[in-house]
Amino acid sequence: MGMNKEQEISRRSFFHKVGTAGVAVVAAGTTLTSAPRQASASAIDALVAERLGAGDVAYEKVLIDTPPSAENGALVRIPVSVDHPMESDNYIQSIAIFVDNNPKPFVGQFDFTPESGRAAVECRIKMAKTSQVRAIAKTNAGKLYGFKQEIQVAEGGCAG
Amino acid sequence: MAIGKPKVRGPRKAVAKGEVVQFKSLIKHPMESGLRKNQETGQAIPAHYIESVTVVYGGKTVLSATWTGSISKNPFFSFYVKAAKTGDVTVTWKDNQGKEFTANSSLKVA
Repeated sequence: MGMNKEQEISRRSFFHKVGTAGVAVVAAGTTLTSAPRQASASAIDALVAERLGAGDVAYEKVLIDTPPSAENGALVRIPVSVDHPMESDNYIQSIAIFVDNNPKPFVGQFDFTPESGRAAVECRIKMAKTSQVRAIAKTNAGKLYGFKQEIQVAEGGCAG
Repeated sequence: MAIGKPKVRGPRKAVAKGEVVQFKSLIKHPMESGLRKNQETGQAIPAHYIESVTVVYGGKTVLSATWTGSISKNPFFSFYVKAAKTGDVTVTWKDNQGKEFTANSSLKVA
């Protein structure tokens, strides 16, 4: 019994520390936080399927060219581009952007035509806190390519 | 807060046919997500954001976008267009309260 109580206390103090250093723990990606993060990832997968259709995402060809940390979560630069032809029968049809840890992870979608010439846009987004940011692109044939990067946010932007 | 003042800017000089050119656009808009509360009254601030953007060139929609309240306020947006012939590149923003804004930039194709 005495043993259990000791364990209980050490667990509590551990959780207390986790609470105060939550951001660091998330960044380190310990086993403790992996469960909810996975749940969140599958929710994102469902959102991707809803926006762009179901399918495996190949994490290649797409790039979000932004630093891994942002001072201000209210204004995070997202220049996104896809290295892919824009020909009449072979082009990028859509790029959708998601922020896993935002209250509403779907941020926006851009739909292209071959006349767009290049599947590249830049926008600025809000991030509530440090999060994985994803850009998922779909070809006219329905193939999915993607890119994901964690962006550290020093100060959260007004609830995305 | 001021709303509107839509702007779009492309290359000033003529470009070659087939060249892919960048355009930059800007509009003043609060982009309220509907998730924020007034700090003093505690009342929810109603959602007010641009939900669609279209780019028309040569009489055809060459690009469009669906936005949410997670796009930053006073949204900057850049995109590319493949030059085909001289004409306007017209950007239209529509918000969730039914307001519509339009700006043009003329593209000269040599």
